[in-house]
Amino acid sequence: MAGANTPRPTDDIVDVLIIGSGASGAAVAWGLVESRLKILCLEQGDWVRSSDFPTHGRDWEARRYADFDISPNRRARDTDYPVNDNNSVMKVANFNGVGGGTILYTAHFPRMHPSDFRVRTLDGVADNWPIDYWTLEPYFAENDRMMGVAGLAGDPAYPAHEPTMPPVPLGRSGTRYARALNKLGWHWWPSDISVATTDYDGRARCINLGHCTPGCAQGAKASVDITYWPRALRAGVELRTRCRVRQITTNEHGMASGATYYDPSGTERFQPAEVVILAANGIGTPRLLLNSASSRFPNGLANSSGLVGKNLMLHPWPQVSGYVDEEMDGDRGPQTVMWSKEFYETDPSRGFVRGYTLQFGRGTGPVNEAITNLGTGRLPWGKHHHRAYRTLMYRRLLVGVACEDLPEEHNRMTLDPVLKDSHGIPAAKIDYTISENTRRMMEHGIARATEILTAAGAKKVFASRTVLNSPGHLLGTARMGTDPERSVVNEWGRCHDVKNLFIVDGSIWVTSGGVNPTSTIQALALYIADSIKQRLATLFD
Amino acid sequence: MGDDGDSGLTASELRDFRRLAGIMVPACAEYGVPGADDAAIFADIIRSLGRDRNDVRKALEQLRGLAGEEFDTLEASTAEAAATALLEREGAEIMALGRAVLQCYYRDDRVVRSLGLEPRAPFPKGHVLEQGDWSLLDAVRGRPRMWRDVEGRGS
Repeated sequence: MAGANTPRPTDDIVDVLIIGSGASGAAVAWGLVESRLKILCLEQGDWVRSSDFPTHGRDWEARRYADFDISPNRRARDTDYPVNDNNSVMKVANFNGVGGGTILYTAHFPRMHPSDFRVRTLDGVADNWPIDYWTLEPYFAENDRMMGVAGLAGDPAYPAHEPTMPPVPLGRSGTRYARALNKLGWHWWPSDISVATTDYDGRARCINLGHCTPGCAQGAKASVDITYWPRALRAGVELRTRCRVRQITTNEHGMASGATYYDPSGTERFQPAEVVILAANGIGTPRLLLNSASSRFPNGLANSSGLVGKNLMLHPWPQVSGYVDEEMDGDRGPQTVMWSKEFYETDPSRGFVRGYTLQFGRGTGPVNEAITNLGTGRLPWGKHHHRAYRTLMYRRLLVGVACEDLPEEHNRMTLDPVLKDSHGIPAAKIDYTISENTRRMMEHGIARATEILTAAGAKKVFASRTVLNSPGHLLGTARMGTDPERSVVNEWGRCHDVKNLFIVDGSIWVTSGGVNPTSTIQALALYIADSIKQRLATLFD
Repeated sequence: MGDDGDSGLTASELRDFRRLAGIMVPACAEYGVPGADDAAIFADIIRSLGRDRNDVRKALEQLRGLAGEEFDTLEASTAEAAATALLEREGAEIMALGRAVLQCYYRDDRVVRSLGLEPRAPFPKGHVLEQGDWSLLDAVRGRPRMWRDVEGRGS
């Protein structure tokens, strides 16, 4: 039994054990149900009831800084684990519960672009992905159908695809942006957004609660607790909540044998499994792999490459705001309205490679407008407060610059030597800096966003280069590739070192693109589920 | 001096904080709004400190340091000078102090009404969002393909 660390089982063996019930865990679970395998998902958080979401109460804006904060460190629910991000200019965002990050995301739903998968070939940086856009194309489409995506076909910035519902309204804000972009002759298009603009698949249409990120009380925003999971559960998948996994165990053959976890009472249990799939996000997954070190895998499980935890990408995302002289949409609609891909593809004359999406926002509610404007120095205290506030509220235009973040090994997640979660499991520590290429990209994007806002008639334009916990995308820490020395998983998500261990979350991204990642994370999970199904007879060869 | 009730703040901290809140956001006759030291608003602030409680206490400690004595007892111009000096500082404590005040002030019914808004939660009524001018998209519809056709699959 040399090298084995499999304890005595306390639970019946399952065919597939999925760890994490968020965007990718839900998709891979549903993707596997037709295989008739016995599937179990362990989730450390709870179900979130619709009535729990903040927009039910008058404190709806304040709760985004409390129990619905996107930072696990501030939210600090008993189902959260801490992350030491002191040595990073950007902070971590996540949510631990059924639905994971889809509970607390803005539902902006762009796909990666074809060029994103070929950055080495096209631009001589980083590495190509071992798959391409067209490999994922059918899974993008299936995921759009499952999640329900509002948008408009015909965007010249993308290969043809058909969103499942009409786009969200342009509104006053979008109309103002569109006029400015047309004046400049720059591309724009209504965003793909996973918000139901019509009644869709049992979900009620959006009624413009305007507070999408901290959860949608209407259920119009697609979070996987109301899209994938009901179908997966009806098909027989088991989902256990408040079960925090401590370690992936291995047997004498170097195969994963299951996982030890703490059940809701805090009792340590062992769940045996034939196949283990990690879907715990770009921090949670490498943390678990590193915490699963054993005599056979002394540097962490599946880490012969030494790349587990490395190449962390967080998507630097400057935000540029300005004020116009009439009321815009504010918080009276989905927060994002449109994108511009004018500067997405590489143009060497700009002084950097790769590019960014410009993402156009509507604004926020009265409290958040006050807090935001306080932070940027636009809102004074004292006798001038009220007059100033009334010139700012609902008059802010906001452009996000979603920069592609190239992989660098020194940007990494490791185990903190001191910090632990409530079960005594070593916590994650991240070290992260922004590269010179990305800094140039950020400045270029800020300058272009400023031009747009100026063309839109905005005054008092200002830029925030990094915004606390925004966006908090977690990518790249167990990258995909065909070379076991340069990657952690192969081209269909199986760990090179452990042939019954798969990873389906953002960890496996080779590069980050300049887009919100959920659509591509889920397409990848569906693709890996299909790859597993097609190879069942030879899965461990 | 012990804590005052469930607030986690001492009686003198509460007095200082209330006076400070009134300087931060004073009542305004022009807009017909109370100050943040209004009894109902201040009670909401104290009740809602939550995760910001420790930082707010640190800010109040800084305020007392700037005041040189009990802030609550200072004459008006001296108190305002100390408050201004505090609020011009940077740091998590000052941000937490501002957040604690603003998140309650701008949900008070009287304040919300003064902004022309309904004092209600967004759900279940929601809001009306106009469609906007979709004809503006005509300028973009005819543009040639922008994405790089890496594999020769473009149409």
